[in-house]
Amino acid sequence: MFEEWKGFNEGNWMKEIDVRDFIQRNYTPYEGDDSFLAGPTKRTKKLWDEVLELMKKEREKGILDVETKIPSSITSHGPGYLDKELEQIVGFQTDKPLKRGIMPFGGIRVVEKALDAYGYELDPETRKIFKTYRKTHNDGVFDAYTEDMRKARHTGIITGLPDAYGRGRIIGDYRRVALYGVDRLIEEKQNEKKLLEMEYMESPLIRLREEITEQIKALNDLKEMAKSYGFDISRPAANAKEAIQWTYFAYLGAIKEQDGAAMSLGRVSTFFDIYIEKDLKEGVLTEEQAQELIDHFVMKLRMVRFLRTPAYNELFSGDPTWVTESIGGMGEDGRTLVTKSSFRILHTLNNLGPAPEPNLTVLWSERLPENFKKFCAKISINTSSIQYENDDLMRRWYGDDYGIACCVSAMRIGKQMQFFGARANLAKALLYAINGGKDEKSGEQVAPKFAPITSEYLDYDEVMSKFDQIMDWLSQLYINTLNIIHYMHDKYAYEKLQMALHDKDILRTSACGIAGLSVVADSLSAIKYAKVKVIRNEDGLAVDYEVEGDYPAFGNNDDRVDSIACDIVKRFMNKLRKHKTYRDSIPTLSILTITSNVVYGKKTGNTPDGRKAGEPFAPGANPMHGRDKKGAIASMASVAKLPYQHAEDGISYTFSIVPKALGKTEDEKINNLVGILDGYFHDEGHHINVNVLDRETLLDAMDHPEKYPQLTIRVSGYAVNFIKLTREQQLDVINRTFHNRF
Amino acid sequence: MSITGKIHSIETCGTVDGPGIRYVIFSQGCPLRCKYCHNPDTWNISHGQEITVDELIEDIKKYKSYINFSKGGVTLTGGEPLMQPKFAKELFRRCKEEGIHTALDTSGYIPLENVKEVLKYTDLVLLDIKSFDPDLYKDLTGVSNEPTLKMAQYLSDINKPMWVRYVLVPNLTDNPAHIEALANFLSTLTNIEKVEILPFHKMGEYKWEELGYSYSLKNTPTPSAETIEMAKNIFKKYKLKV
Repeated sequence: MFEEWKGFNEGNWMKEIDVRDFIQRNYTPYEGDDSFLAGPTKRTKKLWDEVLELMKKEREKGILDVETKIPSSITSHGPGYLDKELEQIVGFQTDKPLKRGIMPFGGIRVVEKALDAYGYELDPETRKIFKTYRKTHNDGVFDAYTEDMRKARHTGIITGLPDAYGRGRIIGDYRRVALYGVDRLIEEKQNEKKLLEMEYMESPLIRLREEITEQIKALNDLKEMAKSYGFDISRPAANAKEAIQWTYFAYLGAIKEQDGAAMSLGRVSTFFDIYIEKDLKEGVLTEEQAQELIDHFVMKLRMVRFLRTPAYNELFSGDPTWVTESIGGMGEDGRTLVTKSSFRILHTLNNLGPAPEPNLTVLWSERLPENFKKFCAKISINTSSIQYENDDLMRRWYGDDYGIACCVSAMRIGKQMQFFGARANLAKALLYAINGGKDEKSGEQVAPKFAPITSEYLDYDEVMSKFDQIMDWLSQLYINTLNIIHYMHDKYAYEKLQMALHDKDILRTSACGIAGLSVVADSLSAIKYAKVKVIRNEDGLAVDYEVEGDYPAFGNNDDRVDSIACDIVKRFMNKLRKHKTYRDSIPTLSILTITSNVVYGKKTGNTPDGRKAGEPFAPGANPMHGRDKKGAIASMASVAKLPYQHAEDGISYTFSIVPKALGKTEDEKINNLVGILDGYFHDEGHHINVNVLDRETLLDAMDHPEKYPQLTIRVSGYAVNFIKLTREQQLDVINRTFHNRF
Repeated sequence: MSITGKIHSIETCGTVDGPGIRYVIFSQGCPLRCKYCHNPDTWNISHGQEITVDELIEDIKKYKSYINFSKGGVTLTGGEPLMQPKFAKELFRRCKEEGIHTALDTSGYIPLENVKEVLKYTDLVLLDIKSFDPDLYKDLTGVSNEPTLKMAQYLSDINKPMWVRYVLVPNLTDNPAHIEALANFLSTLTNIEKVEILPFHKMGEYKWEELGYSYSLKNTPTPSAETIEMAKNIFKKYKLKV
C-alpha cells in the first residue's frame, strides 16, 4: 500500500484502477448551505488582476503570443509561470501564460493559416518536416474522401467535421494520476499489453498494442513534464494541494498534446473534496486555503488556449475550449454527490467573476440537496455562467461517475470515448428532398438524382416520403465520412495521454448531430396544417415558399408539431443505426449547434416555414425565435419531449429570461428558477443553459465592450464571452426570444 | 357540453401573479378603462378567442411538474375574469379537482352575488384596488370603487386569503393621504397576506397606439425608488406586509 493512501477507507480501488470506488468509499456528502465559503485571498486577487491584464492585451492583439517552430507535445515547452510566488497551482501549455502552441499533427495547413492570420510565420524547417516527411490527419482524410463527401462538405449539408483539427470530446480520467501516481498507471498499462499477446495478430489487435505502447510513452513524458516544475508525480498525491496539482498536470499534458475541439475535464470537484476534507480534519488546511487552491486551479483552466484560425473562431464564437467540469448529481446508492467542493468550484464565479470557462455543468436531480439547488440558482441569476443537465436521466445510462464532454455529451469517465461528428443540416436536407437532390443555392446535384416535387402546393405525404429518402442517403454518407475521419485521426493524431487514462476496453460512440430541427419541424407543420406554395426559378428549382394560413409552431407545447420534431429525431437516428461504423462504435445523435446556427442559416436557402435564406437557425433544439407564443415553460416543455433514447449525445436548449420575469424578490427568483429546473428535468428535459440578463445590458455591451470584459452568456451548450462574439452573433443572441412577460 | 370562455392569451411562465410558477390565463373583456392599463387589448369582450374549460384543463395538466415543484398554480387574470363568472367557476372547480392552486386577479368591480360561487374554488384573490379615493378611482378607471371595497370586506368576512395590489403612478396615485386611507381600511381586514405595490411602467404603451386609443400618461415618469419606499412605509405603518 502507498504511504499516501493512509487514512482513506479501503476498497477495490486499492487493487484495481477504480476511481469511482475510491470516491464512493471516501467522500462526504454535503447538505448544508453556502455560508461556509471563503472569499478570494490577497494572492488570488493579485494573481487574477494579472490574468485580466494579460487577457486584455490578448483581446487587443488577437492572440498574445505564439510558438512558431516547435510542435507542442507533453514535454515540448515549459516550465512556465505567471507569478511564481503567488501561484498555488502551476503549469502552462507553453513557456509563457496565454502563449499558444502549434499542433500540426491534425493538419499543417490550419497551423499555417492561423499563424498567418495573426501576422506570424511558420518556421521553414517545421513546415518542411510536415509537408515532406510527416503526414497529418488532415492529409489522410482528404486522401480517402470520396467525391460525394467533398460535395456535402462544400455545400454545408454536413459541416463542422473534425477533418482538419483535433476531434476532441475525449475525457481522460485525470484523477487517476492523483490517486495512483504515474508509475502505478504505467504498470497497469504494461499488464494490459501482456494480455494482448494472442495467437493471431490481426489489425485491431496490432493497432491496440501499438496504442498502448504510445500510452506508456505519454505517461513517462507526463512524469518528465511535472519534474520540470519540481514535482514527482510517479507517486500518488499526498494532500489536497498535490491532488489538485497532479490532476491538473494530467489535464495539462492532454492540452499540450491535443487541441481537440472540446477538451473537457470530467468530474473532479467531489474527488478533490476527499483530500480537502482530510486536510481540513487534520488541521493542515483552512477553508480559505482550500478555496484558494480551487480558485487558482480554475484560473489555470480559464487560461487554456489553442491556436485557431479566425474562421474557426467565427464559427464557434471566440476562443472556446470546453473545459467542461461536471458537478453534483446523485450516487447510485441514493447519497448526493454534492460536496463542499461542489460549492467551492461554483463559488469561483463569485471570487473571480463570471467566465465562459471552465464550462461549469451542474448535474441536476430532483433529489439534490435544496441548499445546493438554491445556491446554483443564485449563481445563475448573478452570472449566467452555468449549464444544467439531467442527472436522473443520464444516471440510467451512464451510472454515477460520468462526465460531460463538450456541451451535452455524457460518457463514463475512463471507460468510454466518442468519435465526434459535428452535424448534418436537416433543414437543407429537406430542401434537397423538394429539389430532387439539388442544392437550393447552387443548383448543383449533390444527392443522388431523383424526381423533384413539381406541384404548386406542397403535399405533406409526398414531401415526407422524399425527405425520408434523402435522410437514407445523408445518414450513410455521414457515417462513412466519420469513419474516414476517425480512422485517420487514430492513425495520425492519436490521443495517447488521454487514452492512457482510460481502461483497455472502452465503449466508443460515433456521435452524429443534427442542426435545424425546429426549422424542419415548423416547415413540415406548415405543409401539413397550412398551405405552402412553391416559388421556382427559371430552371425549375424551388427557391422560395409562401405560407398561406397559420400553422402550429414548435415551442408551444402543441403535440401536432412537437410529434413531428420527435419523429424526425427518431427517424434519422434509426437510419444512422443501420450503418457500419469505424471500430464498432455505437452511433448516437445530438441536437446541438453550438453557435454555428448562424453559419448554418447563412448556408441554407428559404425554407417552407417562412424563414428567409440566410436567417439563422434557432440554436440547438430551441424553437425558432418569435414563434413560441405561450411563454417560456411551453417552449421548454416542447423541447423536453424530444426523445433522449434517440439523441443520447445530448439535446441542447438555451433559455434566456430577463431578471424581472423570474419574480419580484431575490427569494422568489431563486424559488422559481429552481422550480423551472425541477419541472423541466422531471419531464425528462436533458440540458438547459440559463441566462438571466436584460437585453439592455447586451445592447450596451455591444457598444461599450470595454465595460464588460467578463460578461458571460450561455449559448447552445456552452458559455461565451459576449464581447468576443461577432456582431452578427451578438445580434442573433439579442434577437432571440428573451422571455420577458411580467 | 363544456363551458367556454373568452380569453386573450396564455402565459405558461407567470411568476408575478401569485406564488410560484403559474399558468396565467388572460381573459378577454373588462368593464374598467384604467389610464395606465398595460393590457388594453383585453378590454373588448368581442375580441379574443373562445376556448372550452376542457381544452384549458387538458393544457394546464401538461404543466403540473413546474406548478408542483415551484408551489405555483393557475392564475386567472385579464381583462376582468369575473365578467365570465360561469367560466371562472368551472375552470377553478376543475383545477381544484386536479389539486392545483387557483388565484383570481380581479378589480372587484362585479356584483358580489354573481361571483360568490367562483370564490368557493378560489385559493387566493389578488384584489386590485386602484385607489381608495372615490373621485380619483372614477377618474382613473371610469367606474366606482364601491363594489371593490365591498368585495374586500366580504373576502375578509369569509377569511379568503388575499393579496392587495396597488399600482403606484406618479402624480396620480402617489398621494400619501390616499395611500394612508387605503392602508387604514386594509388594517381593519383579517385576510390580507400582503400588499403588492406595482410600480407604474409603460410597457403597454405601444398597444394603446396599435389599438388607436390615446394614451394620457405619455409624459408620466415611472415612480422613483423614494416614492416606492414612501408608499411601502405607509402600508408597513399599518402592520401590513409589503
